[in-house]
Amino acid sequence: MTSQPDHYYLPAPSHWPVTGSTALFCMALGAVLAMNNAPGAGWTLIGLGAAIMIYMLFGWFGTVIRESESGKFNKQVDVSFRWGMSWFIFSEVMFFAAFFGALFYMRVLSVPWLGELDQKLLWPDFTSTWPAAGPGIEGQFTPMGAWGIPAINTLLLLSSGATVTWAHWGLKLNNRGQLKLGLFLTILLGVLFLGLQAYEYGHAYSELNLKLTTGAYGATFFMLTGFHGFHVTLGAIMLTVIFFRSLAGHFKPESHFAFEAVSWYWHFVDVVWLLLFVLVYWL
Amino acid sequence: MAGIGMLFGAAGASWAQSRYNLQPPQSPIATQIYDLHMLVLVICVIIFVGVFSFMFYAIVKHRKSVGHKAAQFHENTTVEIIWTVIPFFILIGMAYPATKTIIAMKDTSTPDMTIKATAYQWKWGYDYLNGEGEGISFFSNLATPKAQIEGSRPKGQSYLLEVDNPVVVPVGRKVRILTTANDVLHAWMVPALGVKQDAIPGFIRDTWFKAEKPGTYRGQCAELCGKDHGFMPIVVEAVEPEKYAQWVAEAKSKQGASVVDPNKQFTLAELMALGEKVFAGNCAVCHLASGKGMPPAFPALNGSKVATGPKDAHVKLVLSGKANTAMASFKQLSDADLAAVVTYERNSWGNKAGDLVQPAEVKALRK
Amino acid sequence: MEAVHAHEHGHEHHPSGIMRWVTTTNHKDIGTLYLWFSFTMFMVGGVMALIIRSELFQPGLQVVNPDFFNQMTTLHGLIMVFGAIMPAFVGFANWQIPMMSGAPDMAFPRMNNWSFWLLPPAALLLIISLFVPGGAAAAGWTLYAPLTVQLGMGMDLTIFAVHILGMSSIMGSINIITTILNLRAPGMNMMKMPLFVWTWLITAYLLIAVMPVLAGAVTMTLTDRHFGTHFFNAAGGGDPVLFQHIFWFFGHPEVYIIAIPAFGVVSQVIPAFSRKPLFGYTSMVYATSSIAILSFLVWAHHMYTVGMPVQAQLFYMYATMLIAVPTGVKVFNWVATMWKGSLTFETPMLFAIGFLFLFTMGGFSGLVLSITPVDIQLHDTYYVVAHFHYVMVAGALFSAFAGVYFWLPKWTGRMYDETLGKWHFWLTMIFFNVTFFVQHFLGLAGMPRRIPDYALQFADFNMISSIGAFGFGLSQVFFLYIVLKAIRSGEKSPERPWEGADTLEWTMLPTPAPYHSFETPPVIK
Ligand code: HEA
Ligand code: HEA
Ligand code: HEC
Ligand code: CUA
Ligand SMILES: [Cu+2]
Repeated sequence: MTSQPDHYYLPAPSHWPVTGSTALFCMALGAVLAMNNAPGAGWTLIGLGAAIMIYMLFGWFGTVIRESESGKFNKQVDVSFRWGMSWFIFSEVMFFAAFFGALFYMRVLSVPWLGELDQKLLWPDFTSTWPAAGPGIEGQFTPMGAWGIPAINTLLLLSSGATVTWAHWGLKLNNRGQLKLGLFLTILLGVLFLGLQAYEYGHAYSELNLKLTTGAYGATFFMLTGFHGFHVTLGAIMLTVIFFRSLAGHFKPESHFAFEAVSWYWHFVDVVWLLLFVLVYWL
Repeated sequence: MAGIGMLFGAAGASWAQSRYNLQPPQSPIATQIYDLHMLVLVICVIIFVGVFSFMFYAIVKHRKSVGHKAAQFHENTTVEIIWTVIPFFILIGMAYPATKTIIAMKDTSTPDMTIKATAYQWKWGYDYLNGEGEGISFFSNLATPKAQIEGSRPKGQSYLLEVDNPVVVPVGRKVRILTTANDVLHAWMVPALGVKQDAIPGFIRDTWFKAEKPGTYRGQCAELCGKDHGFMPIVVEAVEPEKYAQWVAEAKSKQGASVVDPNKQFTLAELMALGEKVFAGNCAVCHLASGKGMPPAFPALNGSKVATGPKDAHVKLVLSGKANTAMASFKQLSDADLAAVVTYERNSWGNKAGDLVQPAEVKALRK
Repeated sequence: MEAVHAHEHGHEHHPSGIMRWVTTTNHKDIGTLYLWFSFTMFMVGGVMALIIRSELFQPGLQVVNPDFFNQMTTLHGLIMVFGAIMPAFVGFANWQIPMMSGAPDMAFPRMNNWSFWLLPPAALLLIISLFVPGGAAAAGWTLYAPLTVQLGMGMDLTIFAVHILGMSSIMGSINIITTILNLRAPGMNMMKMPLFVWTWLITAYLLIAVMPVLAGAVTMTLTDRHFGTHFFNAAGGGDPVLFQHIFWFFGHPEVYIIAIPAFGVVSQVIPAFSRKPLFGYTSMVYATSSIAILSFLVWAHHMYTVGMPVQAQLFYMYATMLIAVPTGVKVFNWVATMWKGSLTFETPMLFAIGFLFLFTMGGFSGLVLSITPVDIQLHDTYYVVAHFHYVMVAGALFSAFAGVYFWLPKWTGRMYDETLGKWHFWLTMIFFNVTFFVQHFLGLAGMPRRIPDYALQFADFNMISSIGAFGFGLSQVFFLYIVLKAIRSGEKSPERPWEGADTLEWTMLPTPAPYHSFETPPVIK
């Protein structure tokens, strides 16, 4: 079991990928229908797609975990996984870059332009400030302050970065208790973060009149924090999976790539939050 | 370098109407563009011929079938540096005149007159904002009849490049054009004058030209704007200053005549007659003269819930449009026109609402 | 050879029939799937091009209505770029990268399968969009807002198709990068890798960097359409031009994503038929990298007419012109490789020379467009259409043909019919120029692109172009025949059909290549 095979592991033919494609197809078609006045049929398809997706994820990751635990992966496979995860995270960085780019553009370019003399012909009463909703949006809104819940959330995420590292130390020292406790705390902090985030959204909608439709500020605020929240959710799910794997006795002090991958991801989500905190809430 | 530039600057000076080149330039900027294009083209052709004469020489002389044995060299730092550096300098030679032209093109300061061109799906609206002719405003629609497009009648000389109301400008004056759009992106292009400027909804952008000779200059919308993108031409008529003054006077008096007393009460027949005209000019591209529309993209008005329902809702819809659809706001039309077109819609085809809308009611509904 | 079948681990059960292809984790099978998919999409996109060209055969509206015309233009662009050209080169990557770098397979074989099997659902979404109320997206392949906000549900299908295509490209690229960085045979150091492998390493990096950005752009379109955001709406402080910035931040690197693997194929073919090593290998690597890096700095050359400040126009013009330098280095290196070689002109070489000649022309028309004032005349005219078909059809597509003829013997063990191959080349070459050369004149004279009907002075060149397009299309049906004939009844290929080809797949593997190659890594001296 522990001996490293000298060959690069090549998996047998697998139906999981095509299952995943089917799931995505159903979800995409369902979403289109749901958004275009066929909600019933649309949601059914989305549900079906999601179910297939979950089935696929369990199946596919289950297979990988079994392969890993039965010692089929050698060092080279491990390095491949590392490259793979790093480039995946890079692609996520670029996805966020698009939205940060939009924020930069609106805040530094288009909103000030709209307030300039040249545009007075179209928007006579608009003076540009930030946070702004834009010249055509009626009604006042209150921007989200940085030093309430967002600051607490920053603390939560930062400590969760520390707890996951602590868990990692535990794993490396073969201190399983520390591993499990560290992971549990990390998940807890992540869930707490999400809870506060949800509360903050509710507050924005009900009291601040700050909505997705609130022009430049609303769109960038909700899309950036929303996609971040979505990534925290994914991260928390991944953490939960490796938490249960730890309970089941998986991972060895010298080889535990899945754990590291999840913690990289978690740190990535952390860093994105720091940027958000500074660029969206604070400045 | 400079020699080549001069050589082809000179060649460019005799712009015949060529079918293989840019249209003969009619403004200072267009002339600069023309020369710049000639310069770059000629440099490219020379490099191209140079590079490929080596290749074809090799193809002829270094082929295996004539017994050529392959040499085995595979690098030579000196040559490689040379062919990195020389192109770089050639590029600088092109960038220099280009920079000068860009700066000249972007200089829209101190115009003699300013015209705002607003793009609509699918026509242009012009407002003379500054300078001689201030206050004139009109719409400019494609004048080519449907029958020519569909092929049931022979196509005229200026097929698709003709409009009912051209933009008239005086020659030798710096005309600044402000572009904006009502719905989606369009672009105001007149090749012979060397202008192309996107029209962006919600923003004003500008460009300028100075027509050197009297004449009719034709262009088209140059940014995909939906179904009839190919059918929204631009015609600029450049005339001598005296003729321009004459045109301004005529346009002003016509405009004065068409202003109606806002409180005038119209009869149904008057509204229907005016409404039919307004409808044909503004609405029929989408909803068709028959009112049948082109479902599902453009709904039928014949039997539509809005056109047979409460009239305030109908007026409001036309006034403010419907977000995220091709149905834009038509608040730029006058109260009388709007009243007429709504009345027309409510009482045409199979619609028999029987009521009529007065301009004052439209006025009240504007915010 | 013995090493190859010694270890039968990992393939306990082998599904047969169609399930073999659906579930395969073998890089060669997946490469084959990519290539056939790509050719199918090429036909679909080609038929759309023919519909466009039929409508433009004469002035007036004869064949389709303007709205459907726009749908054809849009789908033609999207399908050719994402469905035909990109998958074709990923197909080459799958077949060749493991063989050329001495790897047993791709790094993540199952994910490799998924990268491919995401394409059919995405293509299906695009095709379905033609049949929904309102029809397919009709805003051009550039999907400019706010026209996209007006369109019907076909646009939503397109958005999700783009998302899925993006996932496919990202996973494919992660696989390629990892394979190249981690699975090379011992001794195959980076500067010994065949140039094709290098070009894919760089391309994959570009893909991972920009596909997520495109996903972001269309996501914003989606939320503007359905959830009331105002990214591209001035009333809410947004700007339609914002979409263009994000799109072209993806879009310009994208055109090099199409071009760079094509450079790679040509860099294998030209030395092989010159019987002489590639000239300036090192500078090729650096030039390709510079092109990739510069490609992130030039995107706004597609937007000279939006009304940017003068400094921005100048910056983007200079940066764009600069790309001519590294590209020139490549062109010169290819010519220098042929110089004093011992040249023969089998079909792959003909296509490579055709590529070199016509791609350079397309590059020069690109340079003309990079000059801001000239571009302001030519933007959104047929000159641009001519430019990009020169670089993408005569560039990328020709290179793909060269690659297919070059490697077909290795893949199938059979030779194609050389005479027919030469016919295919000459027909393609001639009809290509008939179709697209005249479009330069149309553009210079001011004919806008994306219009279904045009003024009378454009009539003759359009007619020529349409005739050319049909000839070109038929020549590609002929290509299909040549390939099928080779696979079914082609002569058996010798072990090394090309004297001058010296990469691993030719020197270390039998012909046809066995199903599993290099399970034990070869050692490269
Ligand atoms: C394979 C794809 C590909 C490639 C490789 C290129 C290469 C280049 N392109 Fe092209 N381009 C497209 C695909 C491509 N393009 C597409 C698809 C569009 C339109 C998109 C749309 O709107 O739908 C477009 C549009 C486009 C525009 C916008 C036009 C407009 O809409 O107004 C511009 C403007 O600058 C441009 C420039 C260039 C330049 C400078 C290069 C350079 O890389 C070329 C460099 C090569 C050479 C210059 C030749 C070889 C060099 C030498 C022999 C050296 C010596 C030369 C000199 C010193 C001059 N391209
Ligand atoms: C790499 C990509 C690629 C390729 C290979 C092509 C290939 C072709 N393109 Fe391309 N084209 C684009 C990418 C590409 N195009 C892009 C990106 C646009 C911009 C879109 C936009 O504006 O948004 C565009 C736009 C575009 C236009 C402008 C449309 C407009 O502005 O309105 C035109 C017009 O002539 C055109 C023509 C052609 C032709 C004739 C071919 C030919 O090479 C096609 C060859 C034909 C075939 C391969 C058909 C073969 C099949 C048969 C003949 C058999 C048919 C019978 C049966 C199936 C039974 N294309
Ligand atoms: C650019 C195309 C376009 C033009 C021009 C246009 N419309 Fe429309 N119109 C639409 C579209 C698209 C809708 C459907 C909006 C929706 O999805 O509800 C619409 C809807 C309507 C409706 C509501 C119909 C219903 O039953 O929902 C009325 C009334 C109407 N238009 C009147 C007009 C009038 C009056 C004009 C001219 C002054 C006009 N339209 C010009 C595209 C257009
Ligand atoms: Cu208006 Cu195109
Ligand atoms: Cu570009």
